Amino acid sequence: MPDAPGLELIRGEIEQSHPGAVLDTGFEHGQAALVVDPAKILAVLGWLREASGQEYDFLSSLHVADYLPATPRFGVHYELINRDRVERLRVKAMLNDPAQGGNGSADAGAPAGPSLSFPAGSEAEQLPIIDSCVELFPTANFQEREAYDFFGIVFRGHPDLTRILLPEDYVGWPQRRDFPIGGEPVTFTYSERRYG
Amino acid sequence: MAEVVERQSEVMTINIGPHHPATHGVLRLVVDLDGEVVRDLRPVIGYVHTGIEKSCEDKSYWKVIPFVERMDYVSYFFQMEAFCGAVERLVELEIPPRAKYLRTIFLELNRIHSHLVWLGTTALDLGAISMLWYCFRDRDRILDLFEMATGQRMHTRYFQVGGVIEDIPLGFEAKLREFIDEMPVRVGQYEALLDRNEVFLSRTKGVGIVPRERLLELGVTGPLLRAAGEPWDLRKAFNHLAYPEVEFKVPVGTVGDNYDRYRVRLAEMVESVRIIEQALDGLPEGPFIADDRKYVLPPRSELSTSMESLIHHFKLVTEGYRVDPGEIYYAIESPRGELGCYVLADGSSKPARVHVRDPSFVNLQAFREMSVGGYVADMIASLGMLDPILGGVDR
Repeated sequence: MPDAPGLELIRGEIEQSHPGAVLDTGFEHGQAALVVDPAKILAVLGWLREASGQEYDFLSSLHVADYLPATPRFGVHYELINRDRVERLRVKAMLNDPAQGGNGSADAGAPAGPSLSFPAGSEAEQLPIIDSCVELFPTANFQEREAYDFFGIVFRGHPDLTRILLPEDYVGWPQRRDFPIGGEPVTFTYSERRYG
Repeated sequence: MAEVVERQSEVMTINIGPHHPATHGVLRLVVDLDGEVVRDLRPVIGYVHTGIEKSCEDKSYWKVIPFVERMDYVSYFFQMEAFCGAVERLVELEIPPRAKYLRTIFLELNRIHSHLVWLGTTALDLGAISMLWYCFRDRDRILDLFEMATGQRMHTRYFQVGGVIEDIPLGFEAKLREFIDEMPVRVGQYEALLDRNEVFLSRTKGVGIVPRERLLELGVTGPLLRAAGEPWDLRKAFNHLAYPEVEFKVPVGTVGDNYDRYRVRLAEMVESVRIIEQALDGLPEGPFIADDRKYVLPPRSELSTSMESLIHHFKLVTEGYRVDPGEIYYAIESPRGELGCYVLADGSSKPARVHVRDPSFVNLQAFREMSVGGYVADMIASLGMLDPILGGVDR
């Protein structure tokens, strides 16, 4: 892991090539994290992967956390590894929830995201948007679909952004903190329609 | 005059699963077949999604342990270690040396157990039925050991935040030594059975090759990656538990075909035996769980004599301990690759988010490239060699 000064050095170098891309750094429990402007996430991830001396070329995990009372609300986490130096680096992009007002997506000026077929009844729902990193890290394919499935985060440019673990016709984003636990009735609608 | 018949080829899309013995769980495959050749393939998952990650948000930290165990139901000790290790790092709780060694022993036993399940079922897919019985015979001995130490054969809830729940019982060491003396011989027997088997060799050699660079792009870890020649093992890379203090090798393959995957896993079983042997020899004396009453239950004997212990016990069991806000990602090397656990704490006694980066879930992305262009029978073999556990994939 880069230590706290090492993290600041990385931040300084990113500042030179991508001014304003790094919003903050964090160092807790021995783990280094860069908080990155979601609009520049691909530039930073690409730089971390390519720049000599960095070469964080293995994305071990992509996951999302919902920090509900806080704004921005969603954090997309990229756990990067440099396998030669055996170093981990976490890149975080914080996204606002556009449904609660405020500047939600990476750029608010863009139309409401890519042409996605949302589940019925949520056509007008505004979802947070971030660029997909599948081009940079093909491993993100399933993991971005999982993040979309459970948090409703739209990854712009993802080749096949559909629900992966939940049924295609599921409504809602169950891993969000304001989604209640339990109480979902088990329905056998398929049999009902077919056999009455 | 015989009429010349043009060979006609038509791509047919067929569905395999979700309930099919060869898919090793509830996995559905939508396969485009041209005759017997796989042209395209799409795994459809989610049939055993149980919302464990969501349920964990409603449980105090110590109650989460049995939940995460049930994700990847073959390597339950690893799930426990990923979660407990993450929480220990969040609360900065040091575990005693004996607990580290005990955890290492049980993790490696679990690795052998997991590889035995893999070997038995995969060899069964390739027609070697007797392998299933041999492997499950040895697996049962491991389950007996688990039962002896923890009371349960599967889903043992043995690891706790701070250490392990109980010391190993009298007679366990002798029984374990008997097992690890015998296991390398058994592995040799399995090798002898399969390595001279013409059918097995022709079904595995040169099948399912994905280049090393592509595997890295796809985020594949574990024996699959090592079989392609990349010596990446988190046990060596990141120091945790007793791994820095024991000596073991990281087996790697050369070609990255199904045969290499089989060889790597067999060699790993022998290395796991070596780790257990060294950990057992060097097992330090001392407490098996940390002595921090804010996180660890007081010994039962104190409850009837110490009011303070009783209060601690009551607080820990009813509310649980609170964890200061923070987040952690802790990854270990499971039998299938990098098993990471992300825990977000918000200051309450329940985690705000528990996410498990399951190696089966990520590795499954390589399945299409392992199978396309080959025969449908080889696809089944490749799936076995991929070794996904669908409980872990769907969580």
